[in-house]
Amino acid sequence: MIETKISLTPTPSAQPEPDLVGRGRRDGNRLFKEWYTELDAAAESGDPSAYVFVMGSTAEVLKAFDLNLVFPEINSLQMAVRKVSLDYLNKAEDYGYSTDVCGYVKADVGMHLDGRKHPNGRIPKPSIVVATNMCNTYVKWVEIWQRMYGCKVFVLDIPGQRGIGWSSEPGSEQFENDRRYVQSQLEELIEACVAVTGKPFKIERLQENLAHVNRMAADWSAVLKLNQNIPAPFNAMADGLAYMGVLSAYRATETGARYMAELRQEMEYKVQNGIGTITEERFRLHGVGPACYAYFRRFLELFQEWGAVYVNSEYLAYAGGGLDQGIQFNVERPLESLAEQLLVTGRRSMSNMFFSQDQLADAVRDWKSDGIVYHSVKSCRTVSTGMADSREYLTKTKDVPSLFVESDLVDPRLWSEAQFKNRIDAFFEALGARKAAALNPHELGGFAVSSRGPQQVAAKR
Amino acid sequence: MAVEVRSGFEAILEQCSGLAEDVTYPSVKRWRDSHPGGHAVGHFQVYFPEELIHAAGMLPVTLMGAGSRLEAKQADSHIGSFICSICRTSLELGFSGRVGFLDAFYTTPICDVARNLAGIWGRNFKGMTAEILYLPQNANGKGAVTYLRDEYARVLAELKRISGRPIEEADLRRSIGVYNENRRLLRDLYRIKRETPWLLATTEAYVLAKAGTVMPREEHNEILRSALAEIPNRTGRRQDRVRVVFEGGFCEQPPLDMLQLIEEACYIVDDDLLLGMRWIDQDVPETGDALFALAESYIERSTYSPVQHDDRKPKEEMLLRRVEGSGAAAVILAAAKMCEPGLDEQVAYQKTLEAKQIPFLLLDFEEKMTAFERMRMEVETFVESILFD
Repeated sequence: MIETKISLTPTPSAQPEPDLVGRGRRDGNRLFKEWYTELDAAAESGDPSAYVFVMGSTAEVLKAFDLNLVFPEINSLQMAVRKVSLDYLNKAEDYGYSTDVCGYVKADVGMHLDGRKHPNGRIPKPSIVVATNMCNTYVKWVEIWQRMYGCKVFVLDIPGQRGIGWSSEPGSEQFENDRRYVQSQLEELIEACVAVTGKPFKIERLQENLAHVNRMAADWSAVLKLNQNIPAPFNAMADGLAYMGVLSAYRATETGARYMAELRQEMEYKVQNGIGTITEERFRLHGVGPACYAYFRRFLELFQEWGAVYVNSEYLAYAGGGLDQGIQFNVERPLESLAEQLLVTGRRSMSNMFFSQDQLADAVRDWKSDGIVYHSVKSCRTVSTGMADSREYLTKTKDVPSLFVESDLVDPRLWSEAQFKNRIDAFFEALGARKAAALNPHELGGFAVSSRGPQQVAAKR
Repeated sequence: MAVEVRSGFEAILEQCSGLAEDVTYPSVKRWRDSHPGGHAVGHFQVYFPEELIHAAGMLPVTLMGAGSRLEAKQADSHIGSFICSICRTSLELGFSGRVGFLDAFYTTPICDVARNLAGIWGRNFKGMTAEILYLPQNANGKGAVTYLRDEYARVLAELKRISGRPIEEADLRRSIGVYNENRRLLRDLYRIKRETPWLLATTEAYVLAKAGTVMPREEHNEILRSALAEIPNRTGRRQDRVRVVFEGGFCEQPPLDMLQLIEEACYIVDDDLLLGMRWIDQDVPETGDALFALAESYIERSTYSPVQHDDRKPKEEMLLRRVEGSGAAAVILAAAKMCEPGLDEQVAYQKTLEAKQIPFLLLDFEEKMTAFERMRMEVETFVESILFD
């Protein structure tokens, strides 16, 4: 594997373009709109499309067949951000889905029942759907489309970490057993794509796509690490989500690779010039779990009002398709390398959910976070089940301050702002006292004192 | 000391009921006492190749929650709010020290919650192996059986380490033989239930089967043989009742009282309760590579459930086959609360049964529920609607 070396304090470079700050977000929004426009056109033309998920999209293979990629998780998230998710949830529940079923699934089902009319445009029918086992609900989800459309379903099985302390490194017999299994599935996925599209498989297309991902991954990893700087150049829960959308939708493309290089340039510039996301960065947070997208703005404000910035998020690691560590494919042996990296990154993504405690503690240290915010969501039991336990473990063994809140990804009925605010305010009161005590332990006697309290903090951008 | 099999069907039933429902695990403790230095290995639902544990001379124990018999006091602070009861009470079994006799705990990737159990177990119960057995989720892949064979070998190596004794191919074959017999006996039990449900109620078959989850399978075989021999002597009389399939008990088990109230109104002639014991529905070959035979049987000689995707076994079609094969006139479509796979599947089943005009009743349950009046009324109304349609 090629190592990616990243300088955390970039040296001043050429004069930036005047509109460099905020470019990643603007370009991201533009690319996102273009992507939905392309999907709308595919819905019209009937061009073959693949439904995939953010974890293990296999974009490298699917784009070699020019398949349009539809990300149902992103679709559902967008419905929530646009405040229409409840309409779709109601449609699915009227159809028969329980209130206890994942909201992402139900919002998507509601959209399909509504003729695949998404607020961002029409969504094409699936020709093939690919689910990894990284989330079990993916597998149940694809079965719904299989029933609706009779489309080809492919489950890509990536064996994960077996237990705490268990590992298998590339080259070991264990790793090879698992890698062979993944590679044999990739070969079958290629056969399925040939059958669905009627196009031949060209290995050079796969190699090109892998090369795009190599560039994208190196820059994405660098972008994430640049947030170790104080102030952090971007908010991992807010801006990070927008960047990650491009990461998923434009993975394995020249456009995506270029976007990420430019984003890195922007972040380096912000670091050089000490530009953060709010006027005064008082608290640095590490997020575990996604945000509540049904009240996304308010969710973020409740933290920003205290001068808090999410400098990192586990979500960016596992939902970012495993590119956070800057993987590099060996394009000379494309299939083997793809299988190997799917195993490495897929396993790491799953470990971030099931066995996250030690990696989490390291990340908190490296990103200089003051505490962890665990957001447990009803819709995603993959990430939420073990959170409370992981939190208790880290509190006991590493003394990491943390906040635990619960709501949902897309279901506004599960959001309780009063409860959120109470908990968040109490958390920051305690965190402020802890920071103050650490700075001046004798004067404060280690007792909690009130910090300055919430305030409106204007974003710089 | 082995469990002494009582004589007479009612006595056997009482014995099994006591063993199956007692969350202090007296049969496991007895086994540990009579096997100094012996090891017990727990596994979560749905399926685990217990032959591996058995071949290592260890006692396999299925952890499937604790129903209403145990309150999840400590587990609740370690697990999110939106989680099924079976996972909560299974963890509580650990936190309360009730399964402190275990030397290892295995879970499988049946759902997002079950996979998380390995991490929670490992963080809290030190000195005990806590792992995920990664059963393949691409059942249609050409590499699935070979992969699973290797995965079984990995687990076997860990069991060897724990037991401190070699496990020979002959040990595995012997264990496969014991489990093949167990599966044959269970199939006999289900055949009787299907053909003459007035001689064997589902609640009875259930406790007879469940006793096997907490005792050596040889002893369970002996119990089943004795029970099967007694059934023809029973005096139950055929009644004009609606024959139903109960679907939705593949993981979290419904309370016995719930099954009983259903049976007061109809015959349950087939079900997916304790599915893991019957996942493999034919004999596993007792020749050739034993691990391969077990792996191949998991994929090729097995039934269906909402937690396995297999293009060859569309679940709605499999349910229709179950209905047809058992001569059922209707279906109880149950799902455990908070169970994503079960609740997702419930919708698919519902639409298929609607299309086929097969009557069905949707029931949500929790293993810990204790009030059934509303459910009783729903079941009675459902049955009457069929009888007087």
